[in-house]
Amino acid sequence: MTAVAAVRVPQRAFALDLRAVKIVVQRDLIRTLQDRTRFVAALVQPLLFLFVLGSGLGSLTRGATGSLDLKTFMFPGILATSTLFTAMFSAVSIVWDREFGFLREMLIAPVRRSSIILGKALGGATVATTQGILVLALAPFVHVPLTVGLGLTLLAEVFLLSFTLTALGLAIVSRIRQVQTVMGLMQVLLLPLSFLSGALYPLSNLPTWLSIVVRLNPLTYAVHPVRTAVFNHLQVSDSVRALLNPPITWNGWIVPTWLQLALVASIGLSLMAVAVRQFQQVE
Amino acid sequence: MTAVEVRGLRKSYGEVEAVKGVDFDVAPGETFGFLGPNGAGKSTTIKILCTLAKADGGSARVAGFDVATQRNDVRRHIGLVFQDPTLDTYLSAEMNLRFHAELYGMPRETVAPRMEQVLRMVGLWERRTSKVLTFSGGMKRRLEIARGLMHSPRVLFLDEPTVGLDPQTRASIWDYIHELRQQEQITIFLTTHYMDEAENCDRIAIMDEGKLVALDTPAALKATVGTDRVTIRTADDQAALAVLEDAVLTPDGIVISVEDGESYVPRLFGTLGVPITSVSISRPSLDDVFLSYTGRTIRDSEQAPARPVMLAAMAGRR
Ligand SMILES: Nc1ncnc2c1ncn2[C@@H]1O[C@H](COP(=O)(O)OP(=O)(O)O)[C@@H](O)[C@H]1O
Ligand SMILES: [Mg+2]
Repeated sequence: MTAVAAVRVPQRAFALDLRAVKIVVQRDLIRTLQDRTRFVAALVQPLLFLFVLGSGLGSLTRGATGSLDLKTFMFPGILATSTLFTAMFSAVSIVWDREFGFLREMLIAPVRRSSIILGKALGGATVATTQGILVLALAPFVHVPLTVGLGLTLLAEVFLLSFTLTALGLAIVSRIRQVQTVMGLMQVLLLPLSFLSGALYPLSNLPTWLSIVVRLNPLTYAVHPVRTAVFNHLQVSDSVRALLNPPITWNGWIVPTWLQLALVASIGLSLMAVAVRQFQQVE
Repeated sequence: MTAVEVRGLRKSYGEVEAVKGVDFDVAPGETFGFLGPNGAGKSTTIKILCTLAKADGGSARVAGFDVATQRNDVRRHIGLVFQDPTLDTYLSAEMNLRFHAELYGMPRETVAPRMEQVLRMVGLWERRTSKVLTFSGGMKRRLEIARGLMHSPRVLFLDEPTVGLDPQTRASIWDYIHELRQQEQITIFLTTHYMDEAENCDRIAIMDEGKLVALDTPAALKATVGTDRVTIRTADDQAALAVLEDAVLTPDGIVISVEDGESYVPRLFGTLGVPITSVSISRPSLDDVFLSYTGRTIRDSEQAPARPVMLAAMAGRR
C-alpha cells in the first residue's frame, strides 16, 4: 500500500461550488439514463394529447381553426407542458434522497447549500429539456416548419420554463419527508397548472373567470412565448393568428414576450431563493 | 492541537435534554469511543461536532475549528459515517466516491489514486463498478467508511459503525478500522452500545442520560471496579493455599485476586512449587464498569424505561 495520499480540500470557494453544481446535475443525468422507462413514460401523456385528442377533436374544430391543423395549434402547448412532469419529478427526487439518506451526504458537504439546490434545479431543467428535444423531433409530423433558429428558441424557452418548475417543486418539497405525500401533492398540482395555462386552448374568447385565472397562472407566461415563436414561423392569415394566438393583455396592455420571459425567470429565481432558505434550515 | 475539544456542550429537543453539558478532549491519532445505551445522547453529540445540529450551550472545536462559526472548515476536515445509510444505491460504488470527491473539491489528479486506495482498504476494489443496491449490509457500511476517508479527513466520525450487522461482519469492520489506524494519521471518534467493541478504543467515555459518567482507557476503567481474578487447579490445593496470599478455595478451583493477571501467572508457575493443572484469568468487563457507574447494566437501560425514548430517537432522525 502506498503512503497516505496527502489530499487536503482546497479553499477556492467559488470553483468548489461550481464543481458541486456540476456533479449534482451529472448525477441527475446518470439517474435519468438508468431509468429510461420513466423518461419515455413521461412522454406518453403529451403524445396522447397531441395525436389522439388533436386528431379526434380536429374534425370538430376544422371550421374554427381555418386552414390550420388542430395538432399544429396544440404542438407548442404540448411541448411546454410535456416538461411539467419531468421537472416536478426532479424536485420529488430530493424527497426520495431524503428518505434514503443520500440528501444528508449532500447537505453535509463543505459547499453552499445553494449550490446543491441550484444543481438540482439545473439538473431538472436539463433532463426536461432533453425530453423537449424528443417532442421537438415530432414537429414535421404536425406541420410545424422547424428551423435551427426556431428549434433553439423553443429549447431555450423550455429550459427556462422547466428550471422555474423545478424550483417551484423544490420550494414545495423542502419540508416534506415522504415520497408518497409529495407524489400525491404533485398529482393534484400538475393538471390544474397545465389546464389553466392556455396550453390546450387559445386565450381568445375565454369566459371572464377563466381569462382571469389563466392570467394569474405563471405557466401561461411560459407557454405563450413558445406558441408565439411557433406561430411566427407559420403561414397563417391574421384572423387565424388573432383567434389562435392572441397576445396576452393586462387591462388592455399587450404584455411583450421579453417581459413574459423575464417574469418566468424572476419567478424561478425567487422560488430558488425560497427553496435555498428552506433547505438551509434543514438539519 | 487537540483533535476534538468539547466544553460544556448542551442540547435539548423540546422537553428532552439530550446532552446535558459534557466536557472532553480527544488527542490527535486517538481512537475515542462513546459508549452508552440507546438514547444516551451519543448521536446528538456527534451531530453537533459534525455541524449538523446546533448546540444550545457550550462550545466545541474539531480539527482546530469552531463547529458553530467555522462550519465549512470543520466539514472539510472530517469524515462521517452515520448510523443510517447515506449512499445512492442506484449508483456504482465508484460513482458514489466520485460524487463525494467533487463535493469536497478534491484536486482532480488525486481522485483516482485515492479512490483505489480506500476501496482496496475496505476490500471493495473488485466491486467498484457494481451498483450499491447489489451490496450486502456489511459491504455498504464498508463503502461508507471508504467514502468518509476519501478526502483524507483529520477526524473520522463513526456513529454506531456496526449496528445491525451480524457478528462476523462486525468483526471484519473492526479489522478495517484497525488497519485504517495504522495506515492513516487519523483520529477516530466512534459511538457504540456494544461493550465488546468499546474495548477496541484507546479511551472510552461512558455516556448515560446526556452526561459523561466516566472517561479513561478501557484498562483504567476496569481497574476502578476491581482486579483480575486468577483461577487455578493444582495437584495439591491445600499445599498451594498454604503458599498463596489472598487466595480462596472455590468449587471452580483456587481464586486469587491480583492487579495484573497476565504477568502474575508466569511468576506463579515459577514460585508455587505445586504442579498446576489449569489456569484461567478473568477480568472485570466494561459491563461491570457501566454497572458501577450507572447502577445498572447496559442491557437494563436498553430495556423497559428507555424503549419509548428509543422509538422517539428513531422517529426523530428522519
Ligand atoms: N431530532 C430529534 N428530535 C427530538 N428528539 C431527539 C432528536 N434526536 C434525538 N432526540 C432525543 O435525544 C435523546 C438522545 O438521542 P440520541 O443522541 O440519538 O441518542 P443515542 O445516539 O445515544 O442513542 C433521546 O431521548 C432522543 O429521543
Ligand atoms: Mg445513536
